Amino acid sequence: MINQFRSYLSSISLRKEGKGEGLISLFLTFAYIGLFTIGGGYAMIPLIQQKVVEEKGWVTEEELVDLMAVAQSCPGIFAVNIAIFIGYKLRGVPGALATTLAAITPSFVIILLIALIFAAFRENKYVESFFLGLRPAVVALIAAPTFKMAKTAKVNLRNIWIPILAVLLICIYGMSPIYVVLAAGVGGYVWGQWVNKEED
Amino acid sequence: MLTLYLQLFWTFFKIGLFGFGGGYAMISMIQGEVVTRYHWMNMGQFTDIVAISQSTPGPIGINSATYVGYTSIVNAGHAAGWGVLGSAIATLAVVLPSFVLMLLISKFLMKYKNHPAVEDVFKTLRPAVVGLLASAAILLMNAENFSTPTECPWRFWISIGLFLFAMIGQQIFKIGAIRIIILSGIAGLLVF
Repeated sequence: MINQFRSYLSSISLRKEGKGEGLISLFLTFAYIGLFTIGGGYAMIPLIQQKVVEEKGWVTEEELVDLMAVAQSCPGIFAVNIAIFIGYKLRGVPGALATTLAAITPSFVIILLIALIFAAFRENKYVESFFLGLRPAVVALIAAPTFKMAKTAKVNLRNIWIPILAVLLICIYGMSPIYVVLAAGVGGYVWGQWVNKEED
Repeated sequence: MLTLYLQLFWTFFKIGLFGFGGGYAMISMIQGEVVTRYHWMNMGQFTDIVAISQSTPGPIGINSATYVGYTSIVNAGHAAGWGVLGSAIATLAVVLPSFVLMLLISKFLMKYKNHPAVEDVFKTLRPAVVGLLASAAILLMNAENFSTPTECPWRFWISIGLFLFAMIGQQIFKIGAIRIIILSGIAGLLVF
């Protein structure tokens, strides 16, 4: 009962926090992020961390970690799922619409331009060199937030086996991250139930 | 033509609904539907689309949906303008299922954020997510992105240098991610 009341209060305060954010500001921020997300959804994480967490303070670092778990275990496109959640949190359904459209607009425009002038783009040596230089940097940008997130996720000596096991399962065993997320979630629930029962 | 638009919508709606596991998993689903089942394009065209989707800004799933939507319509002999409409339909269709699902989940999560069972779930989920991020980075450290010392030593060592520059720039000098991406791209222009 008390817990339900508490969560109700926190959901109200979350809404109020976001009231000041204009839909245009949401759209522009996510369009900007979409424009620089090169090489898959995880490349969006360092950008979100910089723009949305540090500069704007729209979500906390901890919320971002939770959000990654949820976005990963939902079908669809990881980066878009994250945009939907943040838009919804700040401005409800219109906010989610704004961030979703923003996340897909840069792709849409750029791909159409390329489709129209395909041959010229493919042959261009400068475009190719530019991307060859940027790819290793993108990999570093994805690796960098890992340590910060480890702190946020309260990784310590007692639970460090969880991220290590996740890396082994994904990189060596080739397991899909979706199963890792599901297993971790179910494991946490079962463990919680068991510990709670023990305490009763 | 209307049938083709409806098929595009339905195909990408399904891909959006069942597309677990990120852009790369989605690409094999798109290939199965678009090349093998409907013959909207041949394998060579599809490979080009994947290569471009990977190396242009934006999520790979969105890029390939936009591109496939356009190409399928144009391949069927229609004008480029109709192709743009095809792009719009495929892109919106691929986003629609996760839009609805994520809204429901967001609502639920905000409401039950502090529920003990939800807290238990996230207590193990969070460390696992750290593992996911680390895996994404490790899997990307491949020959495609860095080349190899034997294949092209010049590109390999420059890539390692750019990797270290980005890592140190981000962690120690707090240079913004977007600035790092642009600077490394310019470095690529100068040396490759």
